[in-house]
Amino acid sequence: MALRGDWVYENNGGTCVAIAGSDYCVVAADTRLSVGYSIYTRDYSKICKLADKCVLASSGFQGDMKALQKNLSAKHLIYQHQHNKQMSCPAMARLLSNTLYYKRFFPYYTFNILGGLDNEGKGCVYSYDAVGSYERVGYSCQGTGGALIMPVLDNQLKSPSPLLLPSRDAVTPLSESEAVDLVKDVFASATERDIYTGDKLEIIVVNATGIRQEFLDLRKD
Amino acid sequence: MFRNQYDTDVTTWSPAGRLFQVEYAMEAVKQGSAAIGLRSATHIVLATVNKATSELSSHQKKIFKVDDHIGVAIAGLTADGRVLSRYLRNECINHSFVYESPLPISRLVVQLADKAQVCTQRSWKRPYGVGLLVAGLDETGAHLYYNCPSGNYFEYQAFAIGSRSQAAKTYLERRFDNFNKYSREELIKDGLFAIKETLQGEKLTSAICTVAIVGVGEPFHIINQQAIEQVIQSLDIVEDAQVEAAAAESASEEPSAAQEPAAPAPMDL
Repeated sequence: MALRGDWVYENNGGTCVAIAGSDYCVVAADTRLSVGYSIYTRDYSKICKLADKCVLASSGFQGDMKALQKNLSAKHLIYQHQHNKQMSCPAMARLLSNTLYYKRFFPYYTFNILGGLDNEGKGCVYSYDAVGSYERVGYSCQGTGGALIMPVLDNQLKSPSPLLLPSRDAVTPLSESEAVDLVKDVFASATERDIYTGDKLEIIVVNATGIRQEFLDLRKD
Repeated sequence: MFRNQYDTDVTTWSPAGRLFQVEYAMEAVKQGSAAIGLRSATHIVLATVNKATSELSSHQKKIFKVDDHIGVAIAGLTADGRVLSRYLRNECINHSFVYESPLPISRLVVQLADKAQVCTQRSWKRPYGVGLLVAGLDETGAHLYYNCPSGNYFEYQAFAIGSRSQAAKTYLERRFDNFNKYSREELIKDGLFAIKETLQGEKLTSAICTVAIVGVGEPFHIINQQAIEQVIQSLDIVEDAQVEAAAAESASEEPSAAQEPAAPAPMDL
């Protein structure tokens, strides 16, 4: 694809995961930035704090990710000036979707996961495609290691089908520490098989007391 | 100022070289309720008097946060002030987006002044009827600017605009030499004293004024009402002691006091 003279995108690799709990949300991403078979840096954060209770993780083209983060941060600042409060996670979710669709014919090459607490304080995770189609889910993963991780999360978190009636809560009954351990496990496994995932894992936990950050070393090969 | 044949258009000069429409716009600033600003080396305090049109309504918002490091207080046509605040906020956001650093306040006030100047040189526009006290920090320290409808801007150690602002200005003129050394708390106190001067007799309570502060390590924010009420209580204690001392002095000066012109009426002494 890069042989075309007009190909303006690049895939910088990496994986993002998010899990929603009853009163917390875990968002995690590795910190490796690569192009082709080379590593550009082992220490690049894919996670951005957009609001007090709202965190965005993106994999894909990091140039577009950076631009998207700045765009959303600026829009959030305007919202705060006008409404005198922070944006809620569902509001930010819709804003992100609209921002992505705005560039429907020259998309942001980013695969996003938005995680945080909804208006009632429950964990929420929103998963996106590159042009803004989104859905609220109990957990999600995007990126080069996504296909490796998703079946494991399906198995462990047993999320009910959204088609069931009465609708079931998508959030996992796992505790915060159990969810963090699960995330560490799946990333360790994905690192083994996916060449673009590794180096370091950045974990962000959003709960009622605020936002907490944790790091875990991953394999560097 | 009286009506004359050169004051219909903003694009008409008077023979004396004045633009009357611009001067009339500056009159509008004097009609608004008071706003004062004062700065030390590290902090700037803005304070405004909350005037409500009736007891049933809420008061108008006169202090706006523009960015973490800049805030404004306005006097005059509040609607014009609101619109200009939105412009200032936008400029700060755009600068931060492109340069990932806060917009220096000196640049912001120039942009604002240029915007105001445009309205003094277009026949289809009118000048903004609002004066802005812009308080902010940049690398060179704390700054307080006054932007007027004419498109001029000046930097001040302390300033007051709006109705009865002369009383506050007189108070500030007496004390501004020491402002640079003031602590944050002393600055807030003097700000409240200045506001008190504009009230001329009305009781100073936290409901009648709004106070905001920005400083090194302290993003711009409006100080909450309870905290201001506490500062006012402490002022009253200090004031009562001073009034008693002054009363003891003036008891021996009755004859000269009776000769004072203007308000208050002699019966009030």
